[in-house]
Amino acid sequence: MHDRGGWPTDDPIDRAEHELADWELRVDAIVGALAARRVMNVDELRRGIESMSPEEYEHASYYERWLYSVETVLKEKGVLD
Amino acid sequence: MSFAAGQQVRIASRSHDGHHRTPAYVKGQTGTVVRIHGTFTNPETRAYGEHGLPKQQLYLVALSSDTNEKVLVDVYEHWLEADE
Repeated sequence: MHDRGGWPTDDPIDRAEHELADWELRVDAIVGALAARRVMNVDELRRGIESMSPEEYEHASYYERWLYSVETVLKEKGVLD
Repeated sequence: MSFAAGQQVRIASRSHDGHHRTPAYVKGQTGTVVRIHGTFTNPETRAYGEHGLPKQQLYLVALSSDTNEKVLVDVYEHWLEADE
């Protein structure tokens, strides 16, 4: 599901840009701050995203996936309840 | 085993449980080392909160192709085998 390189598809690629919402900017900033403080690294971020079920992954937006991963990893570490 | 630019290599076809950066579509393919990027911490252990040590050599590999398309992929040393 997460390793899609090389999969055949006829679907067009959505290249549309969109203005980032405040919460998306905030998620980006949180991930940057967690990395800077060495609480959570980018590989943990990716692994957390890969732990999503295929259905959740498909329905989530880019920063929703980041948020899911941050919550998952910080719960593992006991930072969040 | 380390590799030099220009050397023929094969990307290991093994599966791997857990996070890793070797995409499925390149596994088992042959290619040529284009460049040695240097050494980097290992994402396979860093993804689980470790330090990713020892660092692993990372290579830029051009996949062998019969077409004009060129696929370049970064592959860590422990995913490469010499292709004699």
